[in-house]
Amino acid sequence: MSRTAAMIVMLVSTVYFLLPVWWLFTSASKTREQFGNTNGLVFGDFNLFQNIGQLFAYNDGIYLRWMLNSVLYAGAGALIGTVISAMCGYALAKYRFPGRELIFNVVLGGVLVPATALALPLFLIFSQVGATNTFWSVFLPSLVNPFGVYLARIYASASVPDELLEAARIDGSGEVRTFFTVARRLMTPALVTIFLFQFVAIWNNFFLPLIMLRDESLFPVTLGLYTWNSQVNQIPEIRTYVIIGAFVSIIPLVIAFLSLQRFWQSGLGSGSLK
Amino acid sequence: MHLTRSMRIVALGVASAIALTGCASSGGSTSGSGAAACAPSDGKVELSFTSWIPGIDKVVDLWNAENPNIQVTVQTGPNGNGGTYKNFFNQITAGNAPDLGQIEYDALPNFRVQDGLENIASCANVLDSKSKFIDWTWNQVTFGEDNAVYGIPQDTGPMAMYYRKDLFEKAGIPVPTTWDEYATAAAAIRQQGGYITNFPQNDVNWFAGLVWQANGQWFDSSTGSWKVSLTSPESTKVADYWQNLISGGLVSKVPAWTDEWNNAYNTGSDWTWISAVWGANSISSGAPDTSGDWAVAPMPQWKAGDNAAGNWGGSSTAVLKGSKHPYEAAQFALWLNTSDEALTALNKEANLYPATKAGLSLPVLADGVPFYGDQKIYDVFAKASSQVNPDFTWGPTMTQTYADVADGFGQVLGGTGTLSDALKTGQDKTIAALKAQSIPVVQ
Repeated sequence: MSRTAAMIVMLVSTVYFLLPVWWLFTSASKTREQFGNTNGLVFGDFNLFQNIGQLFAYNDGIYLRWMLNSVLYAGAGALIGTVISAMCGYALAKYRFPGRELIFNVVLGGVLVPATALALPLFLIFSQVGATNTFWSVFLPSLVNPFGVYLARIYASASVPDELLEAARIDGSGEVRTFFTVARRLMTPALVTIFLFQFVAIWNNFFLPLIMLRDESLFPVTLGLYTWNSQVNQIPEIRTYVIIGAFVSIIPLVIAFLSLQRFWQSGLGSGSLK
Repeated sequence: MHLTRSMRIVALGVASAIALTGCASSGGSTSGSGAAACAPSDGKVELSFTSWIPGIDKVVDLWNAENPNIQVTVQTGPNGNGGTYKNFFNQITAGNAPDLGQIEYDALPNFRVQDGLENIASCANVLDSKSKFIDWTWNQVTFGEDNAVYGIPQDTGPMAMYYRKDLFEKAGIPVPTTWDEYATAAAAIRQQGGYITNFPQNDVNWFAGLVWQANGQWFDSSTGSWKVSLTSPESTKVADYWQNLISGGLVSKVPAWTDEWNNAYNTGSDWTWISAVWGANSISSGAPDTSGDWAVAPMPQWKAGDNAAGNWGGSSTAVLKGSKHPYEAAQFALWLNTSDEALTALNKEANLYPATKAGLSLPVLADGVPFYGDQKIYDVFAKASSQVNPDFTWGPTMTQTYADVADGFGQVLGGTGTLSDALKTGQDKTIAALKAQSIPVVQ
């Protein structure tokens, strides 16, 4: 009985979360005429691949450029950001030094500051050094992730035993090598979590690129689609591209989650054996 | 001990950041004072130009090919109110604004009040170009000041009436030429099961276009301080007129620019749209099944025999504060908005309708349009363009005014209050917003 109830709740929430995605999928597969005059949740003529072809060809393929930019901002940003977070968290968990708690509390305070509030100050700072409207103006601020540091510290102090580090030191391993060979492996589930969170956060980050970037070829896909959407009144044809573009842009996120959650589960599982 | 040292470092960092910011703002204000002289620069000049018009880079390429010494780089972003205006203000503060920016007429006063524009009146050819432009557009970029030009008009949105010719004929309803006839037709169409049009909650600038046609004003700055008159007799007349249609259930409440709205036109449930010239494309793409059934007639008039048109939309190309090359920027802006090749390209890429008198007879605007039964619709708009009241002033806080009036309009469509109430609220909130920015207001 309670099992049935639980299943129903899960089913309802699944439908609730997937319905907009389904709408996006059916709408992306329609011709422009059918988009306006057919039911949003039912397929029209299946035109998805022609639509995607047109999207990729429009305006000299600027959409592909945006996707590439997003993958670069989010992929490289999350990767380097995760390494930084992991090293910070590990250092805060495993080394004793004066000011450790102060630094950790400052980092913890950083979790509470919304990224949106920092965008304008960042713009003014980057203006001072003449670096607005560059790749770095979006990439560098994306590397910082206080929540990642927090998570890495908590996980490192729980999952990396001091005895193991001691043994590595006795065997002659340097501190950096110990981190990358011993600690990194033990921290993998936390690192995957940090990577995923940061990847999604950078992928969805919209306000910072909006303020920083003017050159269309540097836009991430979120800003590009928003820009198109604001031009719909002028060029109604773009509406179709916004829909298809939105659909295509969620695919990398889906891939990232599906492929990385494997590590997530296996990591948590192996941790429980200890 | 260590604690205090690290805190000292933090404090030092903060102090230097403040010092740096101070430098930037003082640097920005000194560079803006050289508006009197406008001389060409030596050597090769590079200009940046921010615009959200799709395909404008292709138009600029034409200029770059012909002017190797004045190269223009196009920057882009979302439309003005979607973020680009805020970006302009941020950039002006930081001292790295583009040389040229696209600014809609209704946003220009905001930039003027915030001192964000260069006066290019002393740049060669600028004042001489006045006669080329449609009268009302020139007034938009000069604000009626003497020896001042703050931008070059780019495009306009003269208004007319799109209507379903076939449905009017079939139902035997005469095509309205006055607003009285329009209301009569609205009732007749309702009996046929359709709606004459929708009342859009959020297109407050559309409503302003109707007030403009009725010879009304919302703002006046001729005395040096701002007079707000959203509740002027003309404005109230327009509001009461549409209030009657809404109360009588004669107009639909479908929000504009939605699928529902497109569908209402596509299925023939909405019969007319009072709209600007650029709306021609919105209908043809939103209602593809009705191709050939539409036609364009002049806007209904308040008095039979009158010839007044409103305007909805349009932009200028302005030289932003801090540009080091106002002369070159002005020459580019003039070329972009007066030369046949640029105007033709702008029309092809983005359906822009020129702001010059000569531009209205461009060859691209002379042909019949198949979607409108091969009618030469641009002839109607060219005529409307000459009938727009030359004196209409926008306020310096239009984003806020639009939002507040739209809130009121939304309540009316939801069944509470009237359109005049909404204007009254908009009036009060606009005055409050002006005062909050220390902009002088006369009541």
